[in-house]
Amino acid sequence: MSVNRLHGGLVDHETAVNFSFNGKDYQGQVGDTLASALMANGVRLMGRSFKYHRPRGVMTAGSEEPNALVEVRTGGRQEPNTRATTVELFDGLTARSQNHIGSLKYDLLAVNDLFPAFLSAGFYYKTFMWPRAFWEKLYEPAIRRAAGLGSVSFEDDPDVYDKGFLHCDLLVIGAGPAGLMAALTAGRAGARVILAEEDFLLGGRLIAETNCVGELSGAEWTAAMQAELASMDTVRIMPRTTVFGAYDHGVYGAVERVSDHLAVPEAGKPRQILWRVYCKRAIVCAGALERPIAFQNNDRPGVIMAGAVRAYANRWAATPAQEVVVFANSDEGHQTAKDLIAKGLCVPAVIDTRADAPDMAGIEVLKGAQIINTKGCHGVTAVKVRLASGQTRTIKCGAVANSGGWNPNLGLTCHQRGRPVWDEAIHAFVPGSDLPVGQSVAGAANGVMSTHGALATGVAAAMAALGDLGITAAAPDLPEAEDGPVTLSPFWHVAGAKRAWVDFQNDVTVKDVKLAHQEGFRSVEHLKRYTTLGMATDQGKTSNVTGLAVMAEMTGKLIPETGTTIFRPPYVPVAMGTLAGRSVGKAFHPTRLTPSHHWAAEQGAQFVEVGNWLRAQYFPKKGDTDWRQTVEREVLSTRASVGVCDVTTLGKIDVQGTDAAEFLNKIYANGFAKLAVGKVRYGVMLREDGIAYDDGTAARLAEKHFVVTTTTANAVTVYRNMEFARQCLFPDMDVQLISTTEAWAQYAVAGPNARKLLRKLVDAGHDISNEAFPFMACGEITICGGLRARLFRISFSGELAYEIAVPTRYGDALMRRLMEEGEEFNVTPYGTEALGVMRIEKGHAVAAELNGTTTAANLGMGRMVSKSKDSIGSTLSERDGLNDADDLRLVGLKPVHTGEVVAGAHLMNATGPIDAKHDQGYVTSAAYSPSLETSVGLGFLRDGGNRMGETLRMVNPLEDQDVLVEVVSAHFVDPEGGRLRA
Amino acid sequence: MPDLKPLTALGAAAPRVDIIGALTIAETPNVALASLAARKGQGDAVVEVVKAGLALDLPAAGRSVANTSHRIWWTGPEQWMVEADFTVCELLAEALKSIVGATGSVTEQTDGWCRFDVTGDTVVALFERLCAVDVAMMAVGDATRTSMHHIGCFLIRTDEGVIVIGPRASAGSLHHALVEIAGAIA
Repeated sequence: MSVNRLHGGLVDHETAVNFSFNGKDYQGQVGDTLASALMANGVRLMGRSFKYHRPRGVMTAGSEEPNALVEVRTGGRQEPNTRATTVELFDGLTARSQNHIGSLKYDLLAVNDLFPAFLSAGFYYKTFMWPRAFWEKLYEPAIRRAAGLGSVSFEDDPDVYDKGFLHCDLLVIGAGPAGLMAALTAGRAGARVILAEEDFLLGGRLIAETNCVGELSGAEWTAAMQAELASMDTVRIMPRTTVFGAYDHGVYGAVERVSDHLAVPEAGKPRQILWRVYCKRAIVCAGALERPIAFQNNDRPGVIMAGAVRAYANRWAATPAQEVVVFANSDEGHQTAKDLIAKGLCVPAVIDTRADAPDMAGIEVLKGAQIINTKGCHGVTAVKVRLASGQTRTIKCGAVANSGGWNPNLGLTCHQRGRPVWDEAIHAFVPGSDLPVGQSVAGAANGVMSTHGALATGVAAAMAALGDLGITAAAPDLPEAEDGPVTLSPFWHVAGAKRAWVDFQNDVTVKDVKLAHQEGFRSVEHLKRYTTLGMATDQGKTSNVTGLAVMAEMTGKLIPETGTTIFRPPYVPVAMGTLAGRSVGKAFHPTRLTPSHHWAAEQGAQFVEVGNWLRAQYFPKKGDTDWRQTVEREVLSTRASVGVCDVTTLGKIDVQGTDAAEFLNKIYANGFAKLAVGKVRYGVMLREDGIAYDDGTAARLAEKHFVVTTTTANAVTVYRNMEFARQCLFPDMDVQLISTTEAWAQYAVAGPNARKLLRKLVDAGHDISNEAFPFMACGEITICGGLRARLFRISFSGELAYEIAVPTRYGDALMRRLMEEGEEFNVTPYGTEALGVMRIEKGHAVAAELNGTTTAANLGMGRMVSKSKDSIGSTLSERDGLNDADDLRLVGLKPVHTGEVVAGAHLMNATGPIDAKHDQGYVTSAAYSPSLETSVGLGFLRDGGNRMGETLRMVNPLEDQDVLVEVVSAHFVDPEGGRLRA
Repeated sequence: MPDLKPLTALGAAAPRVDIIGALTIAETPNVALASLAARKGQGDAVVEVVKAGLALDLPAAGRSVANTSHRIWWTGPEQWMVEADFTVCELLAEALKSIVGATGSVTEQTDGWCRFDVTGDTVVALFERLCAVDVAMMAVGDATRTSMHHIGCFLIRTDEGVIVIGPRASAGSLHHALVEIAGAIA
């Protein structure tokens, strides 16, 4: 049996669990936490403090733990800053202490503790002010190396994390006496109940104390309650689930630790689940957290909260030492001593700050006494006590059970800026009246500190909540339970201590709080930020109120006047992996596949992400030496014969209704009302401020039926804007919209042989000759033996081109057919790279040119903005500043001699200074043109329309590029448009 | 009959069926879809003509209706989606337009979507990890729109389980989400 293992408790003494800490093997029992198992094995030293690297051991028995932070597991599952008090022991668990250089026992950085005066509050702010340049390169990295807490392995986490959504009538947060009764009341009434408990066992303090409930022990009563709740279909019991945040509209965030208690999650199962709980009502039954009394060297391993000492002894059958001194300001001390004695332990004395503390049979109670110091190198070996008489006495011990009172667990009650109020009866803050909507509080969380009170208020809160919801309920009978008064006499810190810790995680002492006050940081929010009191992983759960009390003492104010800092979610740390859920790696976002994707993959296509779409970027062929050669081949082959490109990703919006044409007149800057049926028109859309934001085509399939195409990137934006216009700007119009982007597989068939190829597929009876189906024609046809299809005579490449659309399920087959039938024309598939090269050669604008700053006039399309009708953005496109004589105009650029045109470079006059003041414009797109065998680019040039033939300097100072370029027409290929009309 | 072979949304000739634990997730490609939107001021009229033509009342928000040949669910104010068996009525949009005439606008939506039929005892557990819809409280015929793993979907509660209708191009991602979570609750 381990050195500090006791009898009884809720651990399975028959089943051993093997684990290691800092490389040493230990045995615990099923039901242990890492903290209780280490304690049972006599391990008190578990870590080093944040700043002074002081030796630290476990201080609490719950998620409020500030000291016992460890790294658990290894490799991808390594997790730093884990509270040993919440780690459920499993076979094979490996844990390591953190934040030390060298061994835990002989930490080299413990040298910091020799110079506390230099590391006091505000140390960084005072010390590292100059030289300023040293901060980023020297000070900060050095401090981070020294401070930090745990480390990560930088390996991918092999586990998955889920997200989910739960709905209930009543969310009960905490399964102590109040929570169990609340859940029982609601469950018996048939309400949908979720009972969330952070611990892996239900019961709260019931399983940590020796008080009975009715005839049963706390654990037995809890088990009976759990059994009844589990039998109810409408009640969901969720152990290992921490509700970490209260959000608007009855939404609560919770983390369920599904597999944290296992070495490896079961196959397919998540490690944790992030739940969003939608509840009609919530009852916070989160209990209370014990606060320490601050005294000299109160941070030594072995100084533990009295309630935690009782929990370890009663529930986990573990003790921090065989001799435990108790230090308290209430009868908690007596109860602690009683429990320890019952476990066969030695309690040398109860040191009670109250002069009128009651006596205890068989135990010396030192009334009106205080611990003024502790001794011990890596753990307490003795305490020095100042007696009421003023005399001092040293008492040998291995641990101190310390209790300064209990603070209701307020976090969730204050997450929506609720301000707690001071309760003079229990000397603690309790929830105020400004709780989140639909939330109530019961039990110790509401300042009701007796077991009976918790049971009764749990029932009452549930009855009230159910009444609000119109659910009839009967209040269950209350069992008899402890109902003692709060006997606390406030006592915050022992006066005169040199270094008495208030915030153990951040190494904030009473002196630091006093220093902050002395230096003018008197607001609690300033106090927090100046001293770091209440920051980090524990968020000051054990320290905040004590810190406030010290500050109140300094300012001469009352504690409630001093106030509290704002509580914010999360209540406990939530792992980043849990927040990410399954949105990691390839599943980071959904992927949209084009209809020809599987075929393209078979061809070995390289794909590129375009939003969520994966588009074929280019199709390497055997013999291609690099991507550029592939792209040039695709361009030349298309211009020489015929190429096919999947353009399904372009947005397609079906527009119908009596006013469809008039509606498009409003949406597009140019006119559409008179577009003939069977025709397509290019259009430009403006933002309300007159800036061009998208371009595309609209095809009139029937008098009251159009199909609008958008750019791939703006498909959603345009549809949303059109829907807004339909519903809000022009609600009287008869127009209906719906997206059909994914319903149709659409391919561009481009090149001089495009028509010949298509003729092989188009069913007889559909004439696609130039005369019958000229440039900008559109129509509904059939192909391949009767398949309905849409044909558009439009061209992005500048070649004779069509876009053909078929229902998406036939898209794969159509691409294969085009390739088969095109073989005689040496047909080539081309990807987005070749598409981009050809559109630059043709001078077509894309997002690089419609970049959110450019107008239709800048794009050389100013005349398209119709003056004869009103459209969105047309009026503001005429405003001052958008229509100056020397405005930017889209031009073509090519090198005069050598060099390449580079997108992003700026244009300067051939002679003159090169600076922002003399900037003439900038390059938006550039490519090597295989058709012209030179680099070409598009760009915006001041007064560009009147500067054709001029030589400019294209400069890119960032990469030392300086190339002479000639201003030319943006239409490098076929400027007259003969090819596309062929 | 066109001489082109169609593929399912998951890119195969035959629909995919996954049986994971108590759940069956079946890709269901043989559905024809058409959207129906009432023309301005024709809300009542379109209800009448659809009732006459399909023997179904256009459903209110959050609901669907079905008979042996068609299913219709609400998608927005005076907007619905109509479904029929693809093998019987591939040209559903044409057929529907002939019924509603000038009272409504009809758009073919067949291949804009993919459909997965999810059946089994643990459908509620599956969907509580996929979407914010309270599937446990959905009555048969309830239909709603939600987001699952960032993918906008329709959910329709049926006697057998839940029909999921999602964007066709994202069928792979949607299927991946369904299958992964089914594995997690198996």
